[in-house]
Amino acid sequence: MAWYRPILLAGIALLSGTCSNSYPRQAVNNRFTVNIAGSTSVMPFSEKLAEHFMLDHPTFAINVQAGGSTAGIQAAVTHTVDIGMSSRELKGDERALTVIPICYDGIAIVVNPLNPVASLALSQVRGIFNGTIANWKELGWIDRRIDAVSREEGSGTRGAFEELVMGGDTIDEATMVQDSNGSVREVVATDPYAIGYLSLGIVDTRVTAVAIDGVKPSPVTIHEKQYKIVRPFLYLTMGTPGEAAQLFIGYVLSDAGQSILLKEGLIPAYDFS
Amino acid sequence: MIFPNTAIKERVVSLTLTIFAFSSLVFLFLIFLFILIEGLPLFFKVGLKHIILGFKWAPTRGSFGIFPMIVSSCMVTVGALLIGGPLGLGCAIYLAEYAGKRGRMYLKPSLELLAGIPSVVYGFLGVVYIVPVIREYLGGSGFSLLATSLVLGIMILPTVISISYDAIMSVPRSYREGSLAMGATKWQTVYRVVIPSARSGILAGFILGMGRAVGETMAVIMVAGNALKIPSGVLEPLRTLTSNIALEMAYAGGDHRMGLFSTGVVLLIIIMMLNYIANFVIRRRVLK
Repeated sequence: MAWYRPILLAGIALLSGTCSNSYPRQAVNNRFTVNIAGSTSVMPFSEKLAEHFMLDHPTFAINVQAGGSTAGIQAAVTHTVDIGMSSRELKGDERALTVIPICYDGIAIVVNPLNPVASLALSQVRGIFNGTIANWKELGWIDRRIDAVSREEGSGTRGAFEELVMGGDTIDEATMVQDSNGSVREVVATDPYAIGYLSLGIVDTRVTAVAIDGVKPSPVTIHEKQYKIVRPFLYLTMGTPGEAAQLFIGYVLSDAGQSILLKEGLIPAYDFS
Repeated sequence: MIFPNTAIKERVVSLTLTIFAFSSLVFLFLIFLFILIEGLPLFFKVGLKHIILGFKWAPTRGSFGIFPMIVSSCMVTVGALLIGGPLGLGCAIYLAEYAGKRGRMYLKPSLELLAGIPSVVYGFLGVVYIVPVIREYLGGSGFSLLATSLVLGIMILPTVISISYDAIMSVPRSYREGSLAMGATKWQTVYRVVIPSARSGILAGFILGMGRAVGETMAVIMVAGNALKIPSGVLEPLRTLTSNIALEMAYAGGDHRMGLFSTGVVLLIIIMMLNYIANFVIRRRVLK
């Protein structure tokens, strides 16, 4: 009759164990809860910051959710969340929000390591993605079609790329589309004739970031404002946020928080030693 | 004493089972309703013509044309059938007519295994092996109609084979005996007697295989390249209806989200049509 009881207990233990991974149990029922939502580009870094913050402050629960920059901005405006996340600048009515830049992210234009093209003008990158430059020969390499890789409609990285590189032009319909920074890197790493764009933090040795107008993307060149394809990662609050949210924002902007972002390949918003 | 108790039990069991049986219908209905509620408003707002026949997909700027994706979906489906159809039919014929007991014993389970492999694995193999080979030897980026058709062609094999096999097996033994008695060879019997008799079942297998190809998402996203243009050759990238939904789901809000559901409505209609045709073909065989 009772033979299954140990199994049941083990199951319950396992279940509660997995639940407590996402929310520290002691923090769920107290009032130090901070809700954050918005840009999917900022989300992973907010989560990392929240993890570290909650280690030091076990009575806090920081809930980070994705949804996109626009949704995050709206949620901040309507007070649905304490902090909104955006990876684009605010426009129009949205400017009523308090803007806190937490760091900057460079968008690197990447090619395969076998590709000898090491430098491009911004106008050439625009030409590749709007379809007017279709062959590597036009850029001083072999006679071979350029396999341009873009991101999907709605992605924050694509939005920033369109704004910073494309000007008013639209990305050509023949351009391939991948749905994450990682997949873009994978395609560029395996296809010698590919070119794509992705977060500087994601660039590794399997792809080469080309210099744009003679400037290589790096934390230094971005910090010195020489590299131009940069977008801000913003925290947004409506008026003065609650005490808990303030404490978290303070942590993000502190040396400890900023060094976490630096380690993740982002460019800190402030100088710190 | 016991009798009324048993009768109640029987009733409870039969009622419970009825509820379970109808729940699948309820789920189907709810899914239908949900997709229509989410997707239809856009048809009224933008217009059926601009969605179904529109060439431009830029949902954040108010263009919701999915015509290129409808065409692309059809292209990969036909491509998958060109590759998976003959291969699957050949395999089914071998299994039903030529394979000995032993061969069947090994082949049947391995086919079931093929059906059980998750689609992401097919996609991954496509990216790692098929795409580079096409890029190296045929040109283009490798992410192409050809790569997608190849991957889907393999993926629809289990469907095509198992339904064609059943159709061939259900051809009465006397047909074969009659043909052989007339002096026909084994291949002549298969080619002239068995396959024509099993034709509608084989056709149904092909159509259901097409349904599988239209609906496949993960593997297609990985190997198709997902460009928005209608491909002008087999080496060009393309985007299907399913991959459009899965690609852009993560960030979509407002009209963009509705646009994806509209894509879902079109997909639903296509798959319903395919299933209806398959059912029609099968039923005709039964009536005959």
